[in-house]
Amino acid sequence: MKKAIITVIGKDKVGIIYGVTKVLSENKINILDISQTILDDMFTMMMIVDIDDASAPFEKISDVLSNEGKKLGVDVRIQLESIFESMHRI
Amino acid sequence: MINRFEMEETMHMIDSEHLDIRTITMGISLLDCASSDINISSEKIYDKICKKAENLVSTGESIERELGIPIINKRISVTPISLVAASSDAKSYVPYAKALDRAGKQVGVNFLGGFSALVHKGFTTADKILIDSIPEALSTTDIVCSSVNVGNTKSGINMDAVALMGKTIKTAAELSKNQDGFACAKLVVFCNSVEDNPFMAGAFHGVGEPDCVINVGVSGPGVVKHALEKVKGCDFGVVSETIKKTAFKVTRMGQLVALEASKRLGVPFGIVDLSLAPTPAVGDSVAYILEEMGLEKCGTHGTTAALALLNDAVKKGGVFASSYVGGLSGAFIPVSEDAGMISAAKCGALSLDKLEAMTCVCSVGLDMIVIPGDTSASTISAIIADEAAIGMINNKTTAVRIIPAPGKKVGDVVEFGGLLGTGPVMAVNDASSEEFVKRGGRIPAPIHSLRN
Repeated sequence: MKKAIITVIGKDKVGIIYGVTKVLSENKINILDISQTILDDMFTMMMIVDIDDASAPFEKISDVLSNEGKKLGVDVRIQLESIFESMHRI
Repeated sequence: MINRFEMEETMHMIDSEHLDIRTITMGISLLDCASSDINISSEKIYDKICKKAENLVSTGESIERELGIPIINKRISVTPISLVAASSDAKSYVPYAKALDRAGKQVGVNFLGGFSALVHKGFTTADKILIDSIPEALSTTDIVCSSVNVGNTKSGINMDAVALMGKTIKTAAELSKNQDGFACAKLVVFCNSVEDNPFMAGAFHGVGEPDCVINVGVSGPGVVKHALEKVKGCDFGVVSETIKKTAFKVTRMGQLVALEASKRLGVPFGIVDLSLAPTPAVGDSVAYILEEMGLEKCGTHGTTAALALLNDAVKKGGVFASSYVGGLSGAFIPVSEDAGMISAAKCGALSLDKLEAMTCVCSVGLDMIVIPGDTSASTISAIIADEAAIGMINNKTTAVRIIPAPGKKVGDVVEFGGLLGTGPVMAVNDASSEEFVKRGGRIPAPIHSLRN
């Protein structure tokens, strides 16, 4: 399974999770894990997703997510899980 | 599964502490591009580089995008041109430099190294022509870098080459005087040069290397500095342990990117270079790490010890994180490229003599140091000789990349821009070394070269 990690950081408002997960659903990306909290009025969310069956290339998804983030006024990023795995696991 | 704390740590290192991959450097052998006709040879060089490195930049960019870690430079190193050019009957090798420049620009890399000669024991005719061509080659091209190896532990120091390089540096500065001697920023004089160094300006592709190879240089002074902030006042055992852990994490990034690039480009993975390479950006400085250890200013007493600890701990942490470590692997101390060094040199805390002492315990040498424009060629040669002697005796790589900026005096500041930064003009010793340099010949290899 090829996994990626999505991070969303920005000022809290209604509809952030809806906006991001809508993009994922449209691109056939399955969510494996979500952790979300509000720190000092800042919305922070991290998701682990399965991109094996994604309907668009990685770079396209990255662009769409980033644009969705701009609309919502938050920073949305997607990175392959391997960067975190290699840094934190032997 | 990766937890939230680990994700945050990685993101923070990239966003706030300047963690990046400094360079992906593709080494390309040009040994099969030799010809008696310089035009044919230059064409072959251009074609081979364009073919091998066609996808280097785009592949680097897509890895950057997918992993979310910046890869600052994509570069190329080639076989020392004096070897490729030896069979040609040309009297100047500037056309080779121009072919390299065109090829590098065509594939979109920002530097290409290997306009080089290895003369630690003596010159071939081609070596002489190459060195004579360096000033014009570097002042008429944009991205070509040059290096000359003048000594090593096994064979001693070629003092004729040391004398010649002093003059070559002066000429290169003169030919690029409208850019404050910028050509010299692309020229490195080595002792014990390595064949797989991915960093510029001293990268070349050694003859023991495969046809094509991917080497990666990591970075991360900001990450180390930040980690040390959390152990203020703790003893050196804790400092060393903290640096080791950080270096491990940073190097794992390098290993991942190197393997990924190697796979996608279909080119073997060579090495990860563990060097901590600073940039002029605030927060990306090696000097600030030393200061974080408790020194008021980099260059004061204690700096050499602090750097020795840093250099050693970086290697110990990094070596476990990568399957193949190589290149220069240590801490770089390029003055103009390091905000903390610039500030220390400006206020007088950091002198050329202290930098020389620091080069005994780190990679690589006197790097990106601007000296007064009226410094004589023999003084520059003597600086090179001192540095080469340190390398030869200590069995390590040392180098000199020094810029005698035309018309500039101590106290002036030279702006190179970009990654090359800002160089305060530093004082050299006024007493003459002329008669010493004039002797010529070779300094014999040290006794510990006889290990067989």
